[in-house]
Amino acid sequence: MLATITKMIRSFGMFWWDFIVGEDVTIAIAVVLGLAGVAALHAAKVTAWWALPVIWVLGLGLSLARATKKH
Amino acid sequence: MNSSLVFLFIAAFLACAVEAVEATTVVVAVGVTRSWRASLHGVGAGVVVLAAIVAALGPAIASIPLNPLRLVVGALLLIFGLGWLRKAVLRASGYKALHDEDAAFAKQTAAAEAAGSQRRGGLFGGDSYAFTLAFKAVVLEGLEVAFIVVTFGANAHNIPLAALAALCAILVIVAVAIKVRGPLSKVPENTIKYAVGILLSSFGTFWGAEGAGARWPGSDASLIGIIPAILLVSFAVVAVLRRQRERAEQLAAAGPAQGVTA
Repeated sequence: MLATITKMIRSFGMFWWDFIVGEDVTIAIAVVLGLAGVAALHAAKVTAWWALPVIWVLGLGLSLARATKKH
Repeated sequence: MNSSLVFLFIAAFLACAVEAVEATTVVVAVGVTRSWRASLHGVGAGVVVLAAIVAALGPAIASIPLNPLRLVVGALLLIFGLGWLRKAVLRASGYKALHDEDAAFAKQTAAAEAAGSQRRGGLFGGDSYAFTLAFKAVVLEGLEVAFIVVTFGANAHNIPLAALAALCAILVIVAVAIKVRGPLSKVPENTIKYAVGILLSSFGTFWGAEGAGARWPGSDASLIGIIPAILLVSFAVVAVLRRQRERAEQLAAAGPAQGVTA
């Protein structure tokens, strides 16, 4: 019974992980870091809008570099 | 209608069209090989589940204060959008095979035929296999669309417009499917996916940064700059990756010949 419930919870978690994060976690990490960077710059009263696109471009680049390296 | 509402309609329409093509490919393959009745029952049940999700989530999400909503929704849209964009860039640069609806249709048809008749029964339109396959296709492909409709609509305070865009896309794709009764390979799915990746990434960047406290120069009008900027960055990345792949192929082709002369 407990094993069945654990399996169901794990499957549910895996579904949402796959649905949201997808093939490569690098992008999700870059987005979270980007948003944290914006919040930190805003708290320091520095213009912050540029930080998110800059950090996700780096994350996307890293993710693509890893994907193309496999070929 | 202001420009952000136009972009909202286009993004919801295109995202829904892409997912509708993929779901329709499964539904038609199952309908042709197994049972149209069971397949359409599966579609109906899937649409009811998706409508319930939108009806439940829509008002709940709309009641969240704007800044936290934009932060969470922006983050999720950006992760989705960059995932779509990543695949689109890999496809455009030749590192990933283009999505082929003919191949997907052939695969689904073969699987449906191979499943035989062991699971036919009185419930689910007479064929539980066909029902389940069509139901799963509609719910799984539609979940992302439901999320896009609810979040885009809530952020723009216009869920009906986002839902209308999704409905229009479904009607267009279903009309095409009824006409061809086969794989929807004429729909430029790979190009649409690229466009959706650009739009989701743009909205995600805009809303995410605003939710985290930033103010964009020009407010909503900055989207007019963000969208082409992301498009240009993606074109540049595609060009670099394409050249990198061609160079690697040339080196691989030259490698064995050099080995022989050495």
